Amino acid sequence: MFGWEFPPHIAGGLGTACEGIVKGLAYNGVEVLFVMPKASGDEDQSCATIINASDVAVRGVSDTVEEFLDKVKFINVDSNIVPYVDPDEYFEAIETMKKNHVRQTSVGFGQKFQFSGKYGANLLEEVSRYAQVGGTIAMEHQGEFDVIHAHDWLTYLAGIAAKELSGKPLVVHVHATSFDRGTDDMVDSRVYAIEKRGMEAADRVVTVSDLTRNIVINKYGIDPAKVVTVHNAVDFSGRDDISVERGVKDKVVTFLGRITFQKGPEYFIEAAAKVLKRTPNVRFVMAGSGDMMNRAIRQVARLGISDRFHFTGFLRGKEVQKMFALSDVYIMPSVSEPFGISPLEAMRSNVPSVISHQSGAAEVLKYALKVDFWDVDALANDIYALLQYPALAHFATTQGFEEVNSLKWNNATAKLKKVYESVVK
Amino acid sequence: MKKSVCLYFQVHQPTRLRQYRFFDIGKDSHYYDDFANRTILKRIAQKCYLPMNELLLEAIKSSKGKLKLAFSISGSALEQFDRYAPEVIDSFKALAETGSVEFLCETYNHSLASLGSAQEFKHQVTKHKEAVEKYFGITPKTFRNTELIYSDEIGKSVYELGFKTMLTEGARHIMGWRSPNYLYKSDVKSGLKLLLRNYSLSDDIAFRFSDKGWGEWPLTAEKYLGWLKESEGEIVNLFMDYETFGEHQDASCGIFDFMKALFRLVVADADLEFVTPSRAATKHRPVSELEVPEAISWADEERDLSAWLGNELQQDAYNKLYALEEKLALADDAALWADYGHLQESDHLYYMCTKFFSDGEIHSRFNPYDTPYEAFINYMNVLSDFSIRVDNAVAEK
Repeated sequence: MFGWEFPPHIAGGLGTACEGIVKGLAYNGVEVLFVMPKASGDEDQSCATIINASDVAVRGVSDTVEEFLDKVKFINVDSNIVPYVDPDEYFEAIETMKKNHVRQTSVGFGQKFQFSGKYGANLLEEVSRYAQVGGTIAMEHQGEFDVIHAHDWLTYLAGIAAKELSGKPLVVHVHATSFDRGTDDMVDSRVYAIEKRGMEAADRVVTVSDLTRNIVINKYGIDPAKVVTVHNAVDFSGRDDISVERGVKDKVVTFLGRITFQKGPEYFIEAAAKVLKRTPNVRFVMAGSGDMMNRAIRQVARLGISDRFHFTGFLRGKEVQKMFALSDVYIMPSVSEPFGISPLEAMRSNVPSVISHQSGAAEVLKYALKVDFWDVDALANDIYALLQYPALAHFATTQGFEEVNSLKWNNATAKLKKVYESVVK
Repeated sequence: MKKSVCLYFQVHQPTRLRQYRFFDIGKDSHYYDDFANRTILKRIAQKCYLPMNELLLEAIKSSKGKLKLAFSISGSALEQFDRYAPEVIDSFKALAETGSVEFLCETYNHSLASLGSAQEFKHQVTKHKEAVEKYFGITPKTFRNTELIYSDEIGKSVYELGFKTMLTEGARHIMGWRSPNYLYKSDVKSGLKLLLRNYSLSDDIAFRFSDKGWGEWPLTAEKYLGWLKESEGEIVNLFMDYETFGEHQDASCGIFDFMKALFRLVVADADLEFVTPSRAATKHRPVSELEVPEAISWADEERDLSAWLGNELQQDAYNKLYALEEKLALADDAALWADYGHLQESDHLYYMCTKFFSDGEIHSRFNPYDTPYEAFINYMNVLSDFSIRVDNAVAEK
C-alpha cells in the first residue's frame, strides 16, 4: 500500500484515513506493507509493516526497469505546484522544508532518495521519485503481496510502477480529485494527468463517495464498471471527551474548515445574516483560514453582523475539539466535498450538523440535516429550527451520535477486502 | 346464516402545508400548498374517486342493492372536494341515494384528537357528523377512528358519544389465537360492538394485488372468492383506503375489473352476502370482549401509534399542538379553529416518521418531504406562527 503520510506526523486527512484503513484491514485479516516517503519511526506498526521509501535504494534491475523509470522520471517540475491540502498546511510545510531542507543532488540507480514527505515546492519531483522507489520496493517484496493499493495522485505513479514491475493488480483510492481542489477551469493539468493515468492503469478505482465516483466516471472518463465506492469511516478510539466552559450565553453556530471556494463560506455568512434578523441571541463562528478569508471578513462587515460573527483563524488539534464542544450547531455548506469528515466529528461531539447535499458525507449521514449549498434560505431555516426547536436539536444530536459511532473502518474495509478479492486471480 | 362480507373504504386527503420558512413567521399566515392540494386531488379524482364511484353505482344497481358497503370520508377531504372537484361529492351523493351505502363517522380532520384531548375529540366528531348529514343527508351510526386507532379508553369515549359500533384493526398482538372474523365487544363498554379488520385478506387487495413477486399473483376474483369462503368465522371485514382503486393499484393492473367480478361472484354466491358495518353489528352476536389497554392502529408492522408518535420530533409537535387548546377556546375565532383542525391532521405527524429507514416503502409513497427533519421544521414554523396568532387573539379579547 502506497501512502503519503501516516500518523502521528500528518498534515492532512489522508494520513488519518490511511491509518483507519490499515487498522480495519488488519481486523479483516488483510496484511499490509505500508510504504510512505518519509517514515519517522514512531508510527504505530501494530497493524502494518511500514516501509520508509527514504531507506530504499533504487537499483537497476533490468532494461525494462530503466526504460520505465525513464518514463516516470520526467514529470518533473520544480515549483509552484498546487498545494495538496490546506493553504495553511501548505505554508507550514514550506516553512518546515526551509528549515530541514534536504536537497537532492544526484538521481541515479543505487541511490537513496531523501523524501520530505510533505506537500512542498518540489512535490511533483518527489512524486516521480517516489514512483521509482515504488517500483523497486515492488520488485524486492514481490513474493509478499497480492494487491497494490495507492492513495491519491501522489502515490499513483508509484502504484503504476509497482504494477508494471510486479504484474500484480492495482487499486487506486480516490480521496479527492483535482476538481475538489480547483474550479472546473482551474484544474492543474499536470496533477489531472497523473490522476487520469493512475485511474486508467488501475484494475479498480475506489472512491470515498458516489459523488466522487461520478467525477471519476464523468471527468476522467473511467469505465463505471471498475469504479467502486467505499465510504470513509472514522476512528474515535483513544479520544477523550473534553468539556469546556462557555464564555457566552448565546447559542453558537460554527463553520470549521478552510475558507476557500470549495467550502462555501459565503453561504454560511449569508445564512447567518438571515438568521440574525430574526434571532438575536446567537453567534456565528468561522474557524479556519484560507484564501477567501479576507473576502469573508468584508462580507460580514458589509452585512453589518460583525458584532455577532467571529473569526478564529486556523485551529489545530485540541482546539478543534474545543470549538466543537462550544458549538450548538455545525454547518458544512461545501460546494464540493469528496467526503468531509468534519460533520462526523461534530456529531461525535454531540453537535447537530447541517451539511450540503454536495458532500460525500451526506450519502452516509441520515441524521444530519441536508440542504443544497446554494439554498441559503433552506440553510437559514435549518439553523433557525435547530436553535428554536429543542426537540429537533436533541433528536439530531442523540441519533447523530449513535450514527457516527456506527461508521466503522472495520465495515468499510470489509468492502475494500472484497474489492481486492475481485482483482486477485 | 350466510357469511358476511363487510366492505369499508377510507377516503381522506391531507391539507398539505406549503414550504413555510421561518422568515414567514408572524408575516404570512397562509399555511397550505393550494397548488399541490388541488393538483393531487384532481388527479386522484380522475384516477380513483370518479371511476370507482361509477363502478360501484353500477354494481349496486345491477345487484339490486345486494352490494353493500361503507365509506368514511374525512372532513378535510370533503372540503377539498367542495373546493376543487365538486363532482366527486355528487357521485358520493348518488351512492348515498341507493341506500346500500353506509357513511361512517370519524374525526373531522383525520386527527389524533382521541389521544390528545377529550374535548377536541368530541368537537371533531360532532363536526364530522354534521358534515355527513349536510352532504349526504344521513346521520352516521358507526364510528371509525383515524387510522383505526382504538383502545379501551377510546372505545369508552366513542360509546359515550352515542355510537354502538366501531371499526378497528384485527391486530395480531391483541387477537392472539382469536380470529378477527367474528363480532367482538368492548371490554369496558359492553354496548360497543367491534368489527375487526382482516388484515391478511384486506392487504391482499390493497397492497399485494399488483405485486408480481407475490406468490399468488395474478389474483383473480375466483381465487379470492375461494379464500373468502374458506376463511373461518362469520364475517370478513375488508377495510382499506379507497385510493387503493386506481391510485395505489393502477387501473392497468386490472383492479377495477377484479372488483367488478368479485362483487358479482359474492352477490351470486349462496353462502356469502355483503353487509354494512351497522348491519353486521346487529346480524351477529359478539363472541367475547376484546381487551385493548394500549392503542392499536392499522399502520405498519407494529400496528401501534409509532408511525405518528414514534419519535421525539413527533411527540413534541403533537404536545405543542394540543397545548394550544385552552388558549384557542379563549380566543374562539373561526379562522383559528379551522387552521387548528387542519394542523391536527395525522398526516403531518406521519411525515416526520423516522421509521422510514426500515419501513420505508409505504411511508415515502405518501410523503411530500425528503426527510422527517424537513417535515418537522416546516410544521413547527407553521405552528409557531399559529401560536403567535392565538396569543394575539387572546390578548385582544
